[in-house]
Amino acid sequence: MTQPEGIFNRLANPTRFMSIAGAVLPWLIAVTVILFATGLYLTFFVAPPDYQQGQTVKIMFIHVPSAWLAMMGYSLIAVSSIGSLIWRHPLADVSAKAAAPIGAVFTFLALVTGSLWGKPMWGTFWVWDARLTSVLVLLFLYLGLIALWQSIEDASRAGRAAAILALVGFVNVPIIKFSVDWWNTLHQPASVARMDGPAIHSSILTPLMVMAAAFTCLFFVLHLKAMTTEILRRRVEALRMTQVARAAAE
Amino acid sequence: MIDLGDHAAFIIGAYAAVTVGLAGLIAWIIADARQQARMLAELEAQGITRRSARGDQASGAKGSAK
Repeated sequence: MTQPEGIFNRLANPTRFMSIAGAVLPWLIAVTVILFATGLYLTFFVAPPDYQQGQTVKIMFIHVPSAWLAMMGYSLIAVSSIGSLIWRHPLADVSAKAAAPIGAVFTFLALVTGSLWGKPMWGTFWVWDARLTSVLVLLFLYLGLIALWQSIEDASRAGRAAAILALVGFVNVPIIKFSVDWWNTLHQPASVARMDGPAIHSSILTPLMVMAAAFTCLFFVLHLKAMTTEILRRRVEALRMTQVARAAAE
Repeated sequence: MIDLGDHAAFIIGAYAAVTVGLAGLIAWIIADARQQARMLAELEAQGITRRSARGDQASGAKGSAK
């Protein structure tokens, strides 16, 4: 099957990709810093207390973006895995491998911040309801992918195995999303991504969306940096093999 | 001083966890990048370079991910 034309084909050259990433990163970092500064100001100095949660609603401004990015990160890995298995795009498994630790951290932070919100609100740090359990499964999937990458020395074989695991595990993402609709859960239903539109007042929704944008930009800053590092790692590995071959020939 | 209410400890704990988590992630990614760049520089200083770096500068880099 031929590779898709256009931007993905042009980015298949790792050297060109690194050049573009190097040009984009400083601007993306600046945007991230501005968004975090704005979001934190809105969170602590503008957003009012919630009529039910009180000031504990402020945890939502970090919990919800973390959870969104946990799912977005895995979706990115799944799309990269398709690119790797079907189109054999040279940078697809680089993208997947780079995204896994980042997504795992956001998933962990979603669980921790959710627990710290749950104790004062629900009276417990944890319940085995569908939403919490499926997010915990997501964390295990991330850790499994990282372990798989580490356990197979050959990058191509590791990439294929990880891509298959990632695609099988992607079934968990819609389960997470719709768990609050399909089962009776303690976790509340969706308040933002709803067919009827957000059910949150703008005084809370605006800081939430700014923080979500900040978290998203941070994700892509870290992802781009991790991808360029992975390309360097593979170059180091290739040069080491050259070094060993030369030593053996002498 | 912002009044964070009766559950201030949980709010502060959540923001502290996110700060530590993201700071650790950022530090790890930067450290990994620097380590790989250093190792690449050491290998190239020993005269071990990629085929594309050695011979194809005139026609533009056409290297692989390796």
